[in-house]
Amino acid sequence: MATELFSSGHTACAGCGQALGARLVLEATGPNVVIANATGCLEVFTSRYPESAWGVPWIHSLFQNAAAVASGVEAALRIKGKLDQVRVISQGGDGATADIGMASLSGMFDRGHDILYVCYDNEAYMNTGVQRSGLTPFDSRTTTSPAGKKSFGNPRPKKNIPEIANAHNVLYVATASVAFPKDLQKKVKKALSIRGPKYIQIFVPCPLGWRHDPALTYDIAKLVVETGLYPILEYQDGKLISVKTIEAPKPVDEYLKLQGRYAHLFTERGKDEIAKIQAIADGNIKKYGLLKEGKEVQKKMAAEKPAEEKIFTTAELSKCDGKDGQPAYFAYNGKVYDISGSDLWADGAHYKMHFAGMDLTDALSEAPHGDEVFERFKAVGVLKA
Amino acid sequence: MIIPVTSKPRTSKANKTGTWRSGKKPHFIQKECIACRLCVMVCPEGCISGDKRCTYIADFKYCKGCGNCAAVCPVADIEMVKEEWWRETIS
Amino acid sequence: MRQYLEGSHAVAEIVRLCKAQVISAYPITPQTHIVESLAQMVADGELNAEFINVESEHSAASVVQGASATGVRTYTATTSQGLLYMIEVLYSIAGLRLPVVLTCANRAVSSPINIWNDHQDSVTVRDAGWLQFYAENNQEACDLHLMAYRLAEDHNIMLPVMVCMDGYILTHAYEAVDLPEQSQVDKFLPEFNPIHCLNPDDPISMGVLMGPESYTETRYAIHQTMMDALNVIPGISDEFERVFGRKVNCLIEKYRLEDATQVFVAMGSMVGTIKEMVDGLREDGQKVGLLKVIAHRPFPKKIVYEALKNAREIAVLEKAISLGEEGPLLSDVKSAFCGYGNQPKISGFVLGLGGRDITKKSIFEVYCALAGSQIDVKFIDLKI
Ligand code: HEM
Ligand code: HEM
Ligand SMILES: Cc1ncc(C[n+]2csc(CCOP(=O)(O)OP(=O)(O)O)c2C)c(N)n1
Ligand code: SF4
Ligand code: SF4
Ligand code: SF4
Ligand SMILES: [Mg+2]
Repeated sequence: MATELFSSGHTACAGCGQALGARLVLEATGPNVVIANATGCLEVFTSRYPESAWGVPWIHSLFQNAAAVASGVEAALRIKGKLDQVRVISQGGDGATADIGMASLSGMFDRGHDILYVCYDNEAYMNTGVQRSGLTPFDSRTTTSPAGKKSFGNPRPKKNIPEIANAHNVLYVATASVAFPKDLQKKVKKALSIRGPKYIQIFVPCPLGWRHDPALTYDIAKLVVETGLYPILEYQDGKLISVKTIEAPKPVDEYLKLQGRYAHLFTERGKDEIAKIQAIADGNIKKYGLLKEGKEVQKKMAAEKPAEEKIFTTAELSKCDGKDGQPAYFAYNGKVYDISGSDLWADGAHYKMHFAGMDLTDALSEAPHGDEVFERFKAVGVLKA
Repeated sequence: MIIPVTSKPRTSKANKTGTWRSGKKPHFIQKECIACRLCVMVCPEGCISGDKRCTYIADFKYCKGCGNCAAVCPVADIEMVKEEWWRETIS
Repeated sequence: MRQYLEGSHAVAEIVRLCKAQVISAYPITPQTHIVESLAQMVADGELNAEFINVESEHSAASVVQGASATGVRTYTATTSQGLLYMIEVLYSIAGLRLPVVLTCANRAVSSPINIWNDHQDSVTVRDAGWLQFYAENNQEACDLHLMAYRLAEDHNIMLPVMVCMDGYILTHAYEAVDLPEQSQVDKFLPEFNPIHCLNPDDPISMGVLMGPESYTETRYAIHQTMMDALNVIPGISDEFERVFGRKVNCLIEKYRLEDATQVFVAMGSMVGTIKEMVDGLREDGQKVGLLKVIAHRPFPKKIVYEALKNAREIAVLEKAISLGEEGPLLSDVKSAFCGYGNQPKISGFVLGLGGRDITKKSIFEVYCALAGSQIDVKFIDLKI
C-alpha cells in the first residue's frame, strides 16, 4: 500500500493488539502528523535500527517524557507557523501514561497544547516482562503482582485516567477498543479536528502478557466491552457525550477464562474474586449507563421531534421491502429512511443479513458502522410507536 | 563526525516476519467472501489486501500466523491450515 | 554597548540576541533570574519565542529536545537537582545530535540541601555528550553563550552545549558587560539550519532502537566530534574576535605561565581570586602562574600538557570531588601527563563546596601545601 503509514515487518508478537491499535490510529490520522513515542513495546517493535515501521515523522526520547517532547514539537511547529498543516500526537503504553509519565502528561494537558495523547492500554509493563502498572486490572496476575497463597494478584482497580484527563479540562476524552476499529478511527479523527489537548485510551490485548491464544486478540477486545469491564466512552468538554451500549451484558468469566493472567481465579477459592470482578463490570454498566437505558433516551429524543409528517405503521413499513418494485424503507430510532437508491441494499437486502421493511434500530448496534451512513439518505417519515 | 542515528520511513518492510510463523497459516478460501474487509482491519501486521469479493489474501512475507483474520471472518471464508509447504512462499 | 547588568539578565539578553525560538525551564535557584528575564522579553514581544512552562526539569529538557528535533533554536537553564533530574534527557539530546544550549547556574547537590555554589552538578554530567564550558566572569559567560550556539549548530559538531556559570557569584553579580549589536550577532550566528528534522515531507524516525551491531558507532561518532571540536573551536574563536572585536577563549587561558614553575589550575569564577593571588606572589618574586580550564568537555589534553609541561608543582583546585577517588579535573590533568617522562608533582585541592567562600587565604593555603609531597585530595578551609 502506497499510503501505508505503519508498515509490516515490525517485530511485535503475533496477534499483538498494540500493533493493531497503532495501525488503526495511523490510518485515521493520515500523513500530516508528527509522533512522539514513549519507551515501551510499541517503540521497540517499530524502530529497530536501521529499520522503522513508521511512515510519518516519529521521535522517541525516553519512557516518561513523550508528552513533553510532543509539547516541544508542537511549540516548534507553532513558532514555524506550521501547526495548521501538521498535527501532533504523543503516545505510549499504560505504564508510560498512567505511571511514570503522569506528570509530563498532566503538564501537557495543563498547558493546553494542541496534542492528541494516545494511550495503548495493555494493562501492564509488557516491554520489561509483564510487571504491574497503574492500569493493571483487579486480580490480574503479573510478575510483580503474582497470585499466591495469600494473593489473587493485583489488589487494586485500574486508575481512571479518562476522568483524570477530564479533571484537567481536556477538550476531548475517549476510550476505544481495537475490536471496534471504525469507532476507534472515528474518535481519532474527531480528536484531531479539535484544537487543544485530547486524550484517547485504547484497549489493546497482549497475547504474551495476558497469556491468551494470539487468535483471540479481537474476541478478547470485544468481550471486555460486552461485559462492561472496559466502558467505551466519549467526553467532550468534560461531558459524557456517548457510550457504547451493551445489548445483554456477558458474564465476566467468559472474558476472564480466555486469559492465563486470570487462570488462578478459576478455582474454588477464586469464586468470590470473580464475583468482585463482576461487581466492577456491573458498576461500570450502572455508572456509565451502558445498558438499554442509554438507548431508550436516544429513542425518546428522536421520537420527540418527528422531522417528517408521514406516519408509518409497522404494517405499512413492512410493505416497503424493496422487492417487486416496492421502495426500500427501514426504520431507525423512530424515523423511516428511504434506502432505495443504495446498491448495498439492492432488492431490499443488506449483506444477506438485514432487510428493508423492518425496524432496524437494534440491529445497527451489530453493524460495523453507526448512523453516520444514513446521512445521504432521506428520512421519509416516522414509525408509529 | 555525524553518522545517521535516524531511520528512513517504512523500512521495516525489509524485515520478513513471515519466517516467524510456526505451523499455521491462514488459507483464504475465496468462496463465501462478502468483501467486508474485517480481516484487513484486524490484522496486526497490516498484511492482508484485496478489494472485491473473494480477492482477499495475506502477504506471507509478513503474516505471523496469529489467526485473528480467520477468527473474525463473518462467513468463515478463512481457515487456519497447517503449513508444511509454506516456507517456499516467502520470497 | 557596555551595560551594567546582573549576570542572569546579561545571559538572557544574549539568548534574546541569539533569537532562541523555543525556551523551556523549571524554577530552581539560582537559575531562575535568567528564564524570568526571558519570559518577560517574550511577554513584551521583544523576543519572538514560545516560552513553555513545564512541570519539571525532566520535561523542560524534553520540550527543548522535541523542539530542537523539529528544527528550531532552543534554550533551557537549570542547576543542581534540576540538572541531575534532567540527566536521562541530557544523554538523549546528545545521542540525537541536537544543538540545544543550556546554562547551568552551578550549585551544590543535596543532601544536605544547599543552594549555594560549587561545581558538583555539572561535573557529574560531564560524560553525557555535551560540550561543557566554564565561565570566569559575566562577560565570558555572555561570550561563551554566543560561541555555544555557533558551535552547537555547526554541521561539523551538532552537539548540545552547556555553559556553566557559578550560581550567585556570577548569576547574581552586577558587572559591566559589553552586549553586542543584533547585526553583529546575526553575522556571527547564521539561522539554524538543521541537518534533518521532524517534518511530514521527509518522515524520518528519530531515537530508534539500536543493537550491539550499531550502538558503538554512535558513541564513537560523538567522541570523535568532541575531538574534532578541539580543532574547530580556535577558528570560530578567531571569527568571534573579527565580528565582536573581542577575544574569546573557549579551551584554556594562560595567566602568567611563561616561566612559572608552580601553577594553579582551576575552572570558573575562583580563577579571579587566584589571579589576584598570582599577582601578589609574583610581586614577591615567586614564579607562579595559572591555567584556566574553560572546556571541561572536550578536555583539551594536549593543550593543557603543553601549557603545563615546564611546571614543577601543579595545584588543581576544584569545587567538586569524585567521592572515594579525587577531584575529576585533577584526574584529567594527571592524565594529560601520562606517557611523558617529565612528571611534575600534581596535587589536588577541594574547596568552595556548598558556597563556602574562596578567599585569598584559601589560595595561599594551597600554595603553601605545594612545597610538600604530592597530595591526592586536600580539603581547604576544612573545619574538622
Ligand atoms: C453473518 C452476518 C454477520 C454477522 C452475524 C455479523 C456480526 C457482527 C457483529 C456482532 C459485529 C460486532 C458489532 C458490534 O458489536 O458493534 C460485527 C462487526 C463488524 N462487521 Fe459484521 N456481521 C456480519 C456480516 C458482516 C458483513 C457482511 C460485513 C461487511 C460487508 C461485516 C463487517 C463488519 C465490520 C467491518 C465490523 C467491525 C465493526 C466495527 O468497526 O466496530 N460484517 N459484525
Ligand atoms: C451486522 C450488520 C451490518 C453489517 C455487517 C453492515 C455492513 C455494511 C457495510 C460494510 C456497509 C458499507 C459501509 C461503508 O461504505 O463504509 C454498509 C452500508 C450501509 N448500511 Fe449497513 N451493515 C449492517 C447493518 C445495518 C443496519 C442494521 C442498517 C440500518 C439500520 C444499515 C444501514 C446501512 C446504510 C444506510 C448503508 C449505506 C449504504 C450506501 O452507502 O449505499 N446497515 N453496511
Ligand atoms: C526511567 C525508566 N525506568 C524504567 C524503564 C524500563 N522500561 C522500559 S519500557 C517499560 C515498560 C513499558 O510499559 P508500558 O508503558 O505499559 O508499555 P508496554 O511495553 O506495555 O507497551 C519499562 C518499565 C525505562 N526505560 N526508563
Ligand atoms: S509483549 Fe504484548 S504488547 Fe509487546 S509486542 Fe508482544 S503482544 Fe505486543
Ligand atoms: S494470521 Fe494474523 S498475521 Fe496472518 S494474515 Fe491473519 S491476521 Fe494477519
Ligand atoms: S473477513 Fe472474510 S468475508 Fe470479510 S473480507 Fe475477509 S475474507 Fe472476505
Ligand atoms: Mg503496557
